[in-house]
Amino acid sequence: MAKRIDVSGLSAYYGTFRAIDDISMTIEPRSVTAFIGPSGCGKSTFLRTLNRMHEVVPGARVEGKVLLDDENLYGSGVDPVSVRRTVGMVFQRPNPFPTMSIYDNVAAGLRLNGIRKKGELDSIVEKSLKGANLWNEVKDRLNKPGSGLSGGQQQRLCIARAIAVEPQVLLMDEPCSALDPISTLAIEDLIGELKTQFTIVIVTHNMQQAARVSDRTAFFNLAAVGQPGKLIEIDETERIFSNPTVQATEDYISGRFG
Amino acid sequence: MTTTAPPPTAPPQKTRTVTRPGDRIFSGLSRGSGIFLLVVMAAIAIFLTYRAVQAISKDHGNFLTTFEWNASLNPPVFGVAVLAYGTVVSSIIAMLIAVPIAVGIALFITHYAPRRLGGPIAYVIDLLAAVPSIVYGLWGALFLVPHLRGLNLWLDKYFGWTYIFHKQDPNSAPRSLFTVGILLAIMILPIITNVSREVIRQVPRMHEEAALALGATRWEVIRLSVLPFARSGIISASMLGLGRALGETMAVATVLSASPQLSGHILDPLGGTFSQNIVAKFGEADEFGRDALIASGLVLFIITLLVNGAARIIIQRRKEYSGANA
Ligand SMILES: Nc1ncnc2c1ncn2[C@@H]1O[C@H](COP(=O)(O)OP(=O)(O)O)[C@@H](O)[C@H]1O
Ligand SMILES: [Mg+2]
Repeated sequence: MAKRIDVSGLSAYYGTFRAIDDISMTIEPRSVTAFIGPSGCGKSTFLRTLNRMHEVVPGARVEGKVLLDDENLYGSGVDPVSVRRTVGMVFQRPNPFPTMSIYDNVAAGLRLNGIRKKGELDSIVEKSLKGANLWNEVKDRLNKPGSGLSGGQQQRLCIARAIAVEPQVLLMDEPCSALDPISTLAIEDLIGELKTQFTIVIVTHNMQQAARVSDRTAFFNLAAVGQPGKLIEIDETERIFSNPTVQATEDYISGRFG
Repeated sequence: MTTTAPPPTAPPQKTRTVTRPGDRIFSGLSRGSGIFLLVVMAAIAIFLTYRAVQAISKDHGNFLTTFEWNASLNPPVFGVAVLAYGTVVSSIIAMLIAVPIAVGIALFITHYAPRRLGGPIAYVIDLLAAVPSIVYGLWGALFLVPHLRGLNLWLDKYFGWTYIFHKQDPNSAPRSLFTVGILLAIMILPIITNVSREVIRQVPRMHEEAALALGATRWEVIRLSVLPFARSGIISASMLGLGRALGETMAVATVLSASPQLSGHILDPLGGTFSQNIVAKFGEADEFGRDALIASGLVLFIITLLVNGAARIIIQRRKEYSGANA
């Protein structure tokens, strides 16, 4: 249920603007990979190329290859809709469907996949909410709207919604940046549990968070505003934080950064 | 420096917030005009109700159930049954046709059409919303009525068994409530489309991305994110259109062949509506006749209020689930 991601020579554009340039990396299954780097260096853009969400922006396009095990996500005849069903995503701001109940939020992806039997839905919804450490808090109000939960709970609801369809990979774009420290810890714990089942990629602004949750860390940087972002290095997280190969990484991590 | 401690038992002072003269003038002006408006409206309502009651009290028929409108007879016999029925039925037909098409066009413009096409379409529909209703009325009478003959025959032939589409005299002119409904649908389509389009544009990108990231197709995004979020706005847009349909005069008057009969067969060329009846009778009415027409206008007003109230309840009932608290 978890797959390796192999990116090679990937560039992404918004119209004519090249936001990221020639990125190659390998992401191991059942691991957590963190993306760090200054704002605007293309972390979100790169993350969104991994489930073909980049191209939903008008005028946006991608060059290069992303292999999920051996299948090229950008191969001809690959349906982006089915890619997104295998590569789940959690966003920066919690975005449960505001008009749906907690239950329906989790069941939404399942219903898209044609699962309609009540019993089956019930058990997957419960399993996913337990998987997202939210079950105990919401089990008595599954039919209440998801938008009535706190921010941290909403984000865990979004995680439950994403893992309900059993994706191969789970992408998270700064999932804690809108949350308080306690909710943040809850989600970090959750990431530790989820990595036994999923390949996880997380963008974070918080260096301690990257150090706490990830196995490997990728550092992105850009030469100047208006220039494309580049992958500077990717390595074991311990290594990146103790003894990085590139000077720019060390500068960024130690806070000596322009 | 001497400090005088405030007495501990001092009564809690009313805090006075500082207001600037500009604020005071503006708030006075706006309050004044608000009150003025309310007073004017109350005066109009009292005047109309008074005249209406005068007329109804001399009515020798039952004002609510009488079919014909003979206010000039002695004794006068008039009622709103046919008018209320015709107004409501033609408006329902108009809504049934216009709302799905309008929402479809709005979705097409916002989610399907390439930008080069969506802009011009939206612009043309904006223009259509500004066409005066008499133009629609003339177009309806000169073009729509003759061209609906075939559709009428077809409906009667294949759907006559539904009772609704049965036509008593298949060869009578298609100057029926059904035709009025179609014309009204065309008239209210632009306004419903435009307001729906704006509401649909307001749907936050992040809600659509939530659906996309789950592997939703374009239509599934619309179903999961767009329509639920835009729902109350679309209802409001439809109410705007319905308000126009209920009160529409010229288009109905030019198309409908009015007669004081009430029929469940919507293709039959008979019936009437409130505003059509008012226009038809007002010119030759004496003072009493006018009071009677005012009474019918009040009934239309009440129907409009009821419809709006119902819409409000529908919107309110799902407030907890609305996008507003997301
Ligand atoms: N929708 C968009 N349209 C055009 N440019 C964009 C869009 N989103 C991001 N960009 C640009 O792409 C670059 C990378 O942005 P992003 O991937 O959001 O960076 P990060 O997530 O690392 O802060 C930035 O220069 C940003 O201005
Ligand atoms: Mg970002």
